[in-house]
Parts: sequence; structure tokens; C-alpha cells
Amino acid sequence: MTDPTTYLSHLELGQPDKTFLDSNELIINMGPQHPATHGVLRVILKLDGEKVLGTECVIGYLHRGVEKIAENRTYTMFNPYVDRMDYVAAVSNGLGYCEAVEKLLNIEAPPRAQYIRVILTELNRLASHQLWLGTHALDIGAMTPLFYTFRDREEILKIFERYCGARLTTHAFRIGGCQYETYEGFERDVEKFLDFAPPKIDEYEELLTGNRIWLERTKGVGKISAADCIALGVTGPVLRASGVKWDLRKAQPYAAYPEFDFEIPTGQNGDTFDRYLVRMQEMRQSLRIIRQAVGKIPEGPIMAKVPKVMKPPVGEIYHSIEAPKGELGYFIVSDGSTQPYRVRVRPPSFVNLQALDIMVRGQLVADVIAVIGTLDIVLGEVDR
Amino acid sequence: MLDYITSYLGMNTTPGQAGNIFWAVVYILVVFGGVSVAVMAMNWLERKALAHFQIRLGPMRVGPHGLLQPIADALKLFTKEDIIPDQADKFVFWIAPLIILCASFTVYIVVPFGPTHAITDLNIGILFMLGVSSLSVLGVVMAGWASNSHYPLIGALRSSAQMVSYEVAMGMAVVSAILMTSLHGLGAYGVAAHSTGTGTLSMIGIVQAQQEQQVWFLFKFFPLGLIAFVIFAVAMVAETNRAPFDLPEAESELTAGFHTEYSGLRWSLFMLGEYAAMIAVSSIAVTLWMGGWLRPFPNTLTGDTWDLVFALLPGAIFVALATIAFVGVARMPKHPYFRIQTLGLAGFGVVLGLIGVVLFLPPVRDRIQDIFWFIAKVGVFMYLYIWYRATWPRYRFDQLMKVGWKVLLPIGIGVLILTAILGVLL
Repeated sequence: MTDPTTYLSHLELGQPDKTFLDSNELIINMGPQHPATHGVLRVILKLDGEKVLGTECVIGYLHRGVEKIAENRTYTMFNPYVDRMDYVAAVSNGLGYCEAVEKLLNIEAPPRAQYIRVILTELNRLASHQLWLGTHALDIGAMTPLFYTFRDREEILKIFERYCGARLTTHAFRIGGCQYETYEGFERDVEKFLDFAPPKIDEYEELLTGNRIWLERTKGVGKISAADCIALGVTGPVLRASGVKWDLRKAQPYAAYPEFDFEIPTGQNGDTFDRYLVRMQEMRQSLRIIRQAVGKIPEGPIMAKVPKVMKPPVGEIYHSIEAPKGELGYFIVSDGSTQPYRVRVRPPSFVNLQALDIMVRGQLVADVIAVIGTLDIVLGEVDR
Repeated sequence: MLDYITSYLGMNTTPGQAGNIFWAVVYILVVFGGVSVAVMAMNWLERKALAHFQIRLGPMRVGPHGLLQPIADALKLFTKEDIIPDQADKFVFWIAPLIILCASFTVYIVVPFGPTHAITDLNIGILFMLGVSSLSVLGVVMAGWASNSHYPLIGALRSSAQMVSYEVAMGMAVVSAILMTSLHGLGAYGVAAHSTGTGTLSMIGIVQAQQEQQVWFLFKFFPLGLIAFVIFAVAMVAETNRAPFDLPEAESELTAGFHTEYSGLRWSLFMLGEYAAMIAVSSIAVTLWMGGWLRPFPNTLTGDTWDLVFALLPGAIFVALATIAFVGVARMPKHPYFRIQTLGLAGFGVVLGLIGVVLFLPPVRDRIQDIFWFIAKVGVFMYLYIWYRATWPRYRFDQLMKVGWKVLLPIGIGVLILTAILGVLL
């Protein structure tokens, strides 16, 4: 365990050179305690000077056995646990899980609940992208955007807090709908945010998009082709930045998404800068969806008729949604009891992290940081 | 003894040139203490200004508006455990911060705060400054090597490569400024020059040349002086390892670069050295291009009235600062919780006000205004350092080298050649 070389079998470690001019590759350990690995990711780097010859990700430092826990909980009891996976986009996690179980139970949330779900999920997408932008920019050395994005993310978290009492691990949705009716002034708060956010996004772009150093640090860095993305199962903004127009909100519409008009931003080069642009565009598209949704939230119940004791029929279901980081899927096997037989989560961060090695090979150490940032991983979701 | 001490007071030269050891030591102590205080003030200012760029408050707890925060930090660092890693090369590890510190403080020997306000005036002043300040690379490399750890080693390699590369471009810019000291030429204002025509490397001589030619070298041979200045201004940021060229200590990549393994007092020595070096290179820029201790607008705003106005300005600024402090005292909440804060702010107000009043006294006024203008100009650069750090991302290592060798150096050589040609023609 302590010897890093045991991990590095595929990196072709040479025998050390015993001559005076010993110019071996340098193996350095980045993480799990490192300011730029976004949590407890450990990357073992094989370096030739500053050039990266290969990487090896060591994960599992945040493993809590979420999937195993599910097998000993009822369907309702497991619901809050999914918030702890991708804790910066907890609402999306909850939506995915609730919809998967609903599909298994063959029920559907009422339209009002669907609209509330869309609004909160898109707000959460915005919050997640803002956090990504702040930390990504900080990794590349621009300190200030972090504080601007956190200032604006705060407004979203305030709406969450007023809606369900929690800011981060919201547990906003229940199987069959939403637990809470919108509070008085919910629409007003959201509309206020819709007016508040666009100039702030312009502000981030002003600081970064045209910035020469930002361009040099991101253009052509961490390139990945569409074919590689598909081969590795990479989804989300990373895939779209490589030019593939794939968004589950359009491809396999769920919740109330078919009723809204929005576009899927894509890039061409599949580099860090394109991924940045795609996410910036996505923020604006999210605002567009929320603007359409908030004006016409239908009246009616917020919960479907759900049995008190949930005993889904024997069977299995895979349901996936477009989380801020990519395709978030839940595979649930039911044995007909109150507890799932097996829950398997397809976390976007975990799958996207595979692309790290392809993206950084041959690039410089500083690019590893940029690429980890641009992949937008959350270690809670990678390790589960 | 007393005669020996007072004999200097009538002289119109620096103590070093006058050979007066007593006053030289006094000057050294004053400069050393002043720079240390300036570093502390800079530390507070940086945190405060950066915080306000980033919609934060910054230090607010220790003293009014966190004014005593640097002192608290220094106390904390002094009392921390002194750690030397087991695998480190103990002697080299121990001596590296001292080398950096010595290198960045030694250059202040020739910094001309005024025509007579320098410890000494070397005839190779600028060369001495560049030479000694580049010695700090040695300290960086030693620190990185002695730590016997990967991150510091990479940080030290980056740092040494960066500092050495940018010194080349820096040197080109400096030489073109030195050429200007020997040129007759017409200033940008079209005023005929009165220069004696002999060039100089002395820091005081360079400022005096600007005085005689009645033009700051920033504006001489417009835009050549400006370009050289910009090259220097970029190179000096890289030279001092500050954002956006702060790769050696790129926090997100190398944790803390060459001083990753350092903590407590030794770490604070690195910081002291870094900030002292920032002030030192800024004072080179001020001396070479911005007229050193000369007051602004010497050609347009002339006459006794303007002289008086500019002479009174230092005192007026301190009185204004004191007024701000007193307004703050008046607006401070009356709750007993804020009593110490209020008293502290009042204390700052009294001190600033007293300094202001002393600066109004004619004998002090005449001697001090050179120093004031010099420090004010250096302060502008210090503010720029903070501004850069708040605004820009960090360059990558290869891009940094590209900027140094492929952009700054060719432009620097071009400016140098053009300056030389223009100087002969005009």
C-alpha cells in the first residue's frame, strides 16, 4: 500500500539509472491532501521534468458504501443518502433517485411537482456550475472569481433554504412528488434571482473569457476527441464540448423538460476552454428554462398517490438524468420487499475521471490541475 | 566624538560617501527598520485590498480594521515550533532563508530616497542592485534542494529558471535607461537638455540626470522609455515570483513551491525577503524611469507657490489620514465591546496627526519631501502588485518562458538599439 510503484504497473517504470547523470522520471504523489484535487483524490504522476508521462488515480478515500447502505434501508429511507454523493448538486441526485423509484412503482409525480422539480434542479445546476467555475479559476490562479461565484451561489442556496430548510443536502423531493408546497413568495424569489444572475454571469465572463492568460492556460489543454469520450462513457459538458450534442434532457426527456424551449450548447475542440464556454452557456440556458417554468407552475397536488409501505414489483430499472456533471443513472433491482435488493449508481464524476489520463498525457504538471478542474469531479460522488 | 557626529550634518552628501560610520549605521538601522515596517504594512494592505477586490472584509479583529494583524501574525510565527525535516540537509536548510533575506535587504544600501538620503552612493549602484538581488536565486535553489522533497525541488527549479530568464530582459531595459543618462537629446516636452553628457550607473546620478534633462526617463524618446519601463515592470513581477508569474509557489500545483517544508520563523523570513525584494525592484523602477525622489510635474507646475503646495502635501496627507481615523472613531458604536477598537483607532489617529504636524515644520518639510515622493511612487507599484494578483490567472511554465525569451527579450534589445541610435542622432 505504501509503495506507489505497485499502482504504476502500466506506467512502465524503468530501472533507476545508476550513472552520475541520473535523469530518471520523477514520480510524485498529488493528493489526497492537496489544495487542487477537489477533495481527496490522489493522483500519482510520472513526470519527465514538467512533462506528464502518465497518471494513476487512486480513489476511495471518501468511500462510505452508499450503495450497500441502500440494501438495508427502505426506499424512502435511502432517499436522503443520495444527496451525500454529489453534495454540490444534491437536488439532481434526489431527482434521479425519486424518478427511478417512481418508474419502478409505475407512478408519476403530478405536474405541479414536476415543475417545482425542474426549477429547483436547474437552480442547482447553476449553483454547481458556479462552484465549478470558482474552483477551476482558483486552480488556474485567478482568485477573485471564486468569491464572486460564491456570492451569487448564496442566493440560490437561500432559495433552497427557504424551500426545504437545508442549503446543501436538500432532500427536496420525495418519491411521488415533493414533500413541501412552495413557500409564499417562491416565484418572486426565483424571478428576482433570474434578474440578478445574468449580469453576474457576464461579470465572470468579463474576468475570464477574453483574458489572455486564461486563454493560454485553457485553449488546447486537456483535449479529448468525441470518439474517446464515447469510448470511455464520458458524458455531460465534457462530452458536449467535444462536439457531441447529447443531453438527456433532450435525448430521453424526463420530468417536465419536454415542455421547455432550450438549446444544448456544444463546443468543437474538446479542450478546457470549450468546456468552460459550454458550461457558461449552460448557465444561461438553465436560467432560460427556469424563466419559462416559473411563470406557469400549474395548480394541483404536489404528491401522487403513493402507498405508505412501498413494495415495488419484482424487477429492475435503470433511469438516468442529466446531472450538472453528466449522466447520473440509478440501477435498482427490486425483489418485491420494502428494501431494494441492489442499487447501483452510475455517477458522472466517476466515469468522467477515467478520461484524466488521456487528457493529460504529454502535457505539463500545471495542466493536470486545469484538467482536474475542468472535469468538474466531486469526490463524494466518485467514491460514494 | 560629538564633532565627528555633527560634522556630517552640514554636508551635502550621503554618509557612505562622507565616510561617516556613525551616520551610516544610523541610516542602515532606519532603512532596515523602515523596510521591515513597510513589509508589515504591505502585508496588511495586501490582505485588505485583496479582500475588497473580492467582496470580503479581510482582517477586522486585531485592532481597528485589523491594523495590528501583521504584528499578531509575526508573534504567532515567532512562537511556532521550529521544524527541520528529518531528511533535510540541515545546514543548507538553515542558511537558505538567510541568504534570501540578506540578498533582498543588502540592495537597500544604494536605494536613493533623496539626494542625500541613501546609505551610500556607489558609482556602480544599479549594477550592485541587480547583482545582489539576483543572489536570492541561490537561496531559492538551496531551499528547494535542502528540503529533500519533490514539490520544493520542482518549485526551486522553476524559480531559478524563471528568475534567471527574466533578468536578461530586465537587464536590457535597465541598460536602455542607463544610456539615457548620457544623452543630450530633447525631452518629450521639447525642453532643451542641460545634461553634462556623461552617463552614470549611480542611483543618485540617474535621478539627477533626469532632473537635469527635465524629463522622467519614462517619457524620454517617447515611446521608447515607456516600452523599456513596461518591460521592466513585467520582468520585475516575474523576478519577485508574484502573480501572475507566481509559479514557484503556485499553490494549486506545488502546494507552496520551494518553501513547502518551511514553517514558523524560517517561513516568515522567506516572506520578509519576498516583500523586501518587491519593494527593492519597485524602487529600481522608480529610480530609473519615474524620477526617483523628484516631485511630479516639475516642468508645468513651477514657481514658489507650487513648490510650497508640493512641500505641504506630505503633511496634508498624513493629517487627512488622521482625520479619517477620527471620523472612524466618531462613527464607532458606543457599545463597551468596541471600546478597545475605538481607543486603538484614536491612537492611530493621534500618531498620524502628529506625524502630519511634524511634516509641516519647515526644516523637516524640506528634508522629508524627497523621501515622501519616493515612497509614494513605490507605493503605486505595491498597489499594482496586489491588483495583478486579484485579477489574473497564473501563467504556465512554458508560456512564462515564452513571454520572457520570445517577447520581452527581443523588444528589449530593439529598444536598446533604438535608444542608442536616437541618442547619437539627437
